[in-house]
Order: sequence, then C-alpha cells, then structure tokens
Amino acid sequence: MLNSKRLVLAHFWLAFVVFGLALLLGEWQMFARSPLNPGLGNSDWYYRSVTAHGSAMGYVFPTLIAMGFGYAITELALKKPLIGRRWAWTGLAMVAVGAVVALIPVSLGLASVLYTFYPPMVGNPFYYIGVVLVVVGSWIWVALMSINMIVWKRENPDKPVPLAMFANVAGAYLWGWTAVGAAIEVLLLILPVALGFKDTIDAGLSRVFFSWTLHAIVYFWLMPTYIAYYTIFPRAIGGRLYSDAMGRIAFILFVVVSMPIGVHHLFADPQVGGGFKFIQSVFTAMVSLPTLVTIFTICASAEIASRLRGGRGPFGWVKALPWGNPMMLATTFSLLMLGFGGVGGLINMSYQLNTSIHNTQWITGHFHLIFAGAIVIMYFAIAYDLWPHLTGRILKTGRMMKAQLWLWFVGMIVTTFPWHYVGILGMPRRMAFYDYANPEIAKQAFSVSMSVVGGALLVVSAVLFFTILIRGHRAERADPGEYRFAQAVHEPVRLPAALNGFALWLTLMIGLTVVNYGYPIAQLLALGSSTSVPAVYVGAPQ
Amino acid sequence: MSACTVGLLVGMAIFAGVHRAVMPQAWIETANPRTVHIAGEFIESNLGSAVEADGSVTVRALGQQFSFTPQCVVVPSDTPVTIRATSADVVHGFLITGTNINTMLVPGYISILPVKFKTPGEHTMPCQEFCGLGHEGMWAKVKVIDKAAFATLAAKQRRLTCVE
Repeated sequence: MLNSKRLVLAHFWLAFVVFGLALLLGEWQMFARSPLNPGLGNSDWYYRSVTAHGSAMGYVFPTLIAMGFGYAITELALKKPLIGRRWAWTGLAMVAVGAVVALIPVSLGLASVLYTFYPPMVGNPFYYIGVVLVVVGSWIWVALMSINMIVWKRENPDKPVPLAMFANVAGAYLWGWTAVGAAIEVLLLILPVALGFKDTIDAGLSRVFFSWTLHAIVYFWLMPTYIAYYTIFPRAIGGRLYSDAMGRIAFILFVVVSMPIGVHHLFADPQVGGGFKFIQSVFTAMVSLPTLVTIFTICASAEIASRLRGGRGPFGWVKALPWGNPMMLATTFSLLMLGFGGVGGLINMSYQLNTSIHNTQWITGHFHLIFAGAIVIMYFAIAYDLWPHLTGRILKTGRMMKAQLWLWFVGMIVTTFPWHYVGILGMPRRMAFYDYANPEIAKQAFSVSMSVVGGALLVVSAVLFFTILIRGHRAERADPGEYRFAQAVHEPVRLPAALNGFALWLTLMIGLTVVNYGYPIAQLLALGSSTSVPAVYVGAPQ
Repeated sequence: MSACTVGLLVGMAIFAGVHRAVMPQAWIETANPRTVHIAGEFIESNLGSAVEADGSVTVRALGQQFSFTPQCVVVPSDTPVTIRATSADVVHGFLITGTNINTMLVPGYISILPVKFKTPGEHTMPCQEFCGLGHEGMWAKVKVIDKAAFATLAAKQRRLTCVE
C-alpha cells in the first residue's frame, strides 16, 4: 500500500537529478587535474566545482534518498498511510530551496570552501544558510519517522516493529544526532563570522565539531543500502532473510558506535590529545562489527535462496544463484566494493597507519569506493525495485539494467584503485593542477589518467540509469501486486523491548558521544579566545 | 584479480605504516597567528633547521597562503629531528613523500613531529589540505644530506635552509 507515490517519486527524482549534475562535475574534475588536460586549468573553477560536487553528493543526494525511501518504507512496512504528509512536502521544499540557496554563491565563486567548510576560511553566508536549510528539512523527516513508528507501536502493542521500519528509524535517529556536530559548527562558530558579527574563529574547535558529523554521516548514507540488503535482497532473489535479530543488532550497533569515533579524522591534527585519538581509534574498530555481521547474514541469506533453487555443495550453491537478477548483481557488486573499501578503511582508522595515507588521494579513492560504489549502486537497485510500485508501470529488467550495474562496478574499480595507488605514492588531495613534468609526479600520470577513464564509464552508466527510469514512466501500465519486504527464516513473534525500540540505544548514543567528545571540546574551550584566529574571507573583493 | 590488487594496496599501506611508524601528536601547544611573525619561536630569523645541545635537530616551519617558510628544508640523515610547525593564516598541512611524515597545520596550534630520515635524498613536501585558490601551487622541498655535511653547514650558520 503506497499512498504517497508522488511524494516518494519527487524525492527520488530530485535526488537523482542532483546526482547526475554532480557526477558530471566530478568527471570534469578528474579530467581537469589529469595529464590528459592540455590546458593549464583554472583553479577558481576547479574549487567551485569541488565545493558543488561535495555539497550536492554529500548533503543533498543521499539525504533525499534516505527521506524518500523512508516515506516509502513507512507506508509499505506499517501498511498504513504516512502521518504528516504535508510536513513531508515542507521538508522536501526546504531541502530543494536550501540546495539552490547554497549552490548559487558556490557557482559564483563566493564560497569555494569545499563541503567540509574549512574555517578560518569563510565564504558567503548564503552557502551555510542553504546547507542549514537542507539539514533542517531532513530533521522534519527524522521527526516524522519517529512519530510514525511510535504511533504504530501504540496501535500495535507487543507486535514487533517490521525490520525495515526499525532500521529506517535507526537511520533517522543516527542522522538527527550526528548532524548536531556540524550544526553547532555552522550556527555558533561560522555563521556569526560569515554575517560579520565576529571576525575571529577557532579553527581547531571547528574541526572537532565537524568530525562529530563527518564520520557518522557516512553511516547515514549507508542506511538505505543496508536496509536493502536485509529487507529487499533476500525476497528479490527468492529466499529468506537468515536472521531478523542480526539485522536489528547491526542497526542498533550503528546507532550506538558510529558517532563517538569521528576523531579518527583528526589523528594528524595538533588540537586533540593522544588519549582521545587512541580511544576513538578503538571505537572505530568496533564499528566494523555491524558490517561483519551484515556480510555474514546476507551471504547466509543468499545461500538459503540458492539451496531453495536446488543449489548444492559447500561452494557449488554460488553457481545456482539467480545471477541474471539485477538485485543479485547489485548486491554482489555492492558487497565487493564494501569489502575492498572496508579493508582500506581499517588503514585509515588505525592510530599509526593513518599517517601513510592521511589527506592523500588514497582517502578520496576510499570514500568514493564506499559511498559512490557500495552505497550508490544500491540506491540504483532500490529505485529499480520500487519503480513499478511508484509508477504503476512495468520496469524492464533486461540487458540495459545489467549493463548499467556492470558499468558502475567496473567504472568504480577503474576509478578508485589507481586513486588509492597514487595516494600511497604521496599525491595530495584537492589540487586543481599537478606538475606532471616533475619526475616524482610523472610516475602518477598513468594512474591519474586511468581514473579519468573509470569516471567516463560511470557517466555512461548514469546515462543508462536515467534512460531506464524514464522508459519506466512510459511503459505499459501493469499492477505490480502488493509490495513485500523479505521474510526472515524465523519471523519474530515477540521481541524484547531492546530489539523493538530505541530508548536504551539513544541513551547510549548520546552518552558515548558526550564522553568521547566532551573532554576534547572542553579542553579547547578552556583555552579561551587565545586560539581564535582572524577569518580569511573567500571570494571577497580583492 | 581485484582482490589481489586490494591485498597489495593494503599490504603497501601496512608496510609503509609499520616500517616507518609515527605516533599521532599526543599533546596540545598553541601559537597565536596574529603575533606569530613578530614574537616567539616562529619569527622569520628562527625558521629553518637548528642543532640542539643534544645533537638532535629542530626544524621550525610556517605555512601560509600559498607557501611554506622555508620553501626548502634541509636536514641531516640518521639523526633525530623534531619538526615544529604552525600556520600563519588558514588550515594547511604537509606530507613528505617517501616518508610517513604527514600532519595538519591548524592556525592557533603547533604541530610537533619527531622524525628520522635514514638516507640522504630529496623529497617533495606538498600542502595536503585545501587552503584557497592557489593551494595547488603550495609545494616545498626537503633535502636530506649526509650527517657530516650537515654538521659543516651548521658550524657556519645558526638556522639552516636550502632555499637558493
């Protein structure tokens, strides 16, 4: 039962349009700084582009996917109309207006500070106001998800909240709290300076607040992907979810341990002491646990599907999987990229190994493999799975869909593996130009060119993706039947409160964040204004 | 095939990390960027490499839009070196290629790194953090020279650089 079809479609389409534009910027950036670019490159345009690409891909695109998918899940899993649909449209309008308000100063070159802000550089205030609008719009979604679950629980006492909804609300709470770090940074530290009320800012303190958001935001991006693994994939390949409880535990672990770990982005920073760097390194290691649990559970679910189809033998069952099924293909590619990216991530979070790759192209390669690879390929798959239910028309799962997924996977590998490699060679991030005539940098020329080729494959894949969706709107009408989420082997009948709600976990989430961030923040606040430095305005008339 | 590549990449990163293990900075020291040019250890005449009483070397450096001072750092091989650096304006950073030396420079705070260069050679030292339009031009050099050659130079000059 999907009542809010237009609402969900509006979210998905706005998300994918933003994604398409930002993808073109990304590929242009790959080209602009590569040895294939015959010109000298214009650094002003390059950094405008990086700021727009990052802000669109980081703040707008995944947020809209999480919101749209969240509204769909609410109606499909709880089997009742969404409460607060008008508020949902308001949230969407705020995100849309915020995105435009933020991107105008960026395209005019008045806010080339990248999506990570980097005070004491300070850009046009409308850039930050736009980003705040996007986040506040998404907080409406957070509230709606929470309200819808609470009302349903009141109407259905003692019944387990369906896993899809439980996970969806986990993602909403995670985002609601993790966005607080950057919100404090923007509202209390940066905006007063951007608006001219103050002219100094503590860059170190700002970085600590941003790190609170910067890491867990990735898990927010990841949530729709994990929801698809657990609640769509097993059904789509004709099997059962191996364990419902494992899913709940994985999502709970994300809520609890993905926030108090952001300081691993600051290992090389001088404003945080060794103790909390080490503690947060340990906590970061813990966040690999829900991913390991997930990989195990999803592989076990695939095995169940295969054996139901007649798969045999300790490894032979892999052959019997429905490899022609787009959800099978997408999930496999996603897990592969998650595996590669995850192993690289273990290097990044390690207290000591980080210095060999910190702020090199390895990092850019890493998060593109995780986000643009493992996560976004499942956004495609989610769209493919929902489209017939949103449009009431057939979506052909033919060769074009498979080609699109293959191209995205191959393109992402060809883009990111050379990217990792040049990072190890010491190629720094975020530069508009590299002097390939320098013998040391000349060694990186081939790898950088390979990444441009990989990026081109991604653009082709995106063109196919849009073609498939648009065709889906023009295909014959057909009743797609009732939407179903995957059933578990043992469907939960009664659940302990801890696996059916969030009271305990939210307490832990906030408590651990306060413990792990409280001291580093208090330590910097105790230094007073002595570490506040003059703001450097970006795009100001010279 | 790609699994092997990942294994190789990760292996390289682990090798680089363990082989030249560097600990993250453990304590906080501050420097005021408004006075950093006129008072304290980062005044211009004090930047560069200095020999300490115990024979170790301290390198003091400053990052600013869009260069380092000094633009060429000279250090002896096989000698304990402490790098002390900060920023005079926005956030910068540097890494020294072929080593595990990699730090942020945050204005208001001092970055401190104990390092050791085994063999003489030349390295590039790019700024690794976006610092404005011009970031792409912020590259310095590090020259590691023989211990004895460094001692000869140090006998003549209080602060050493290889800026020509």
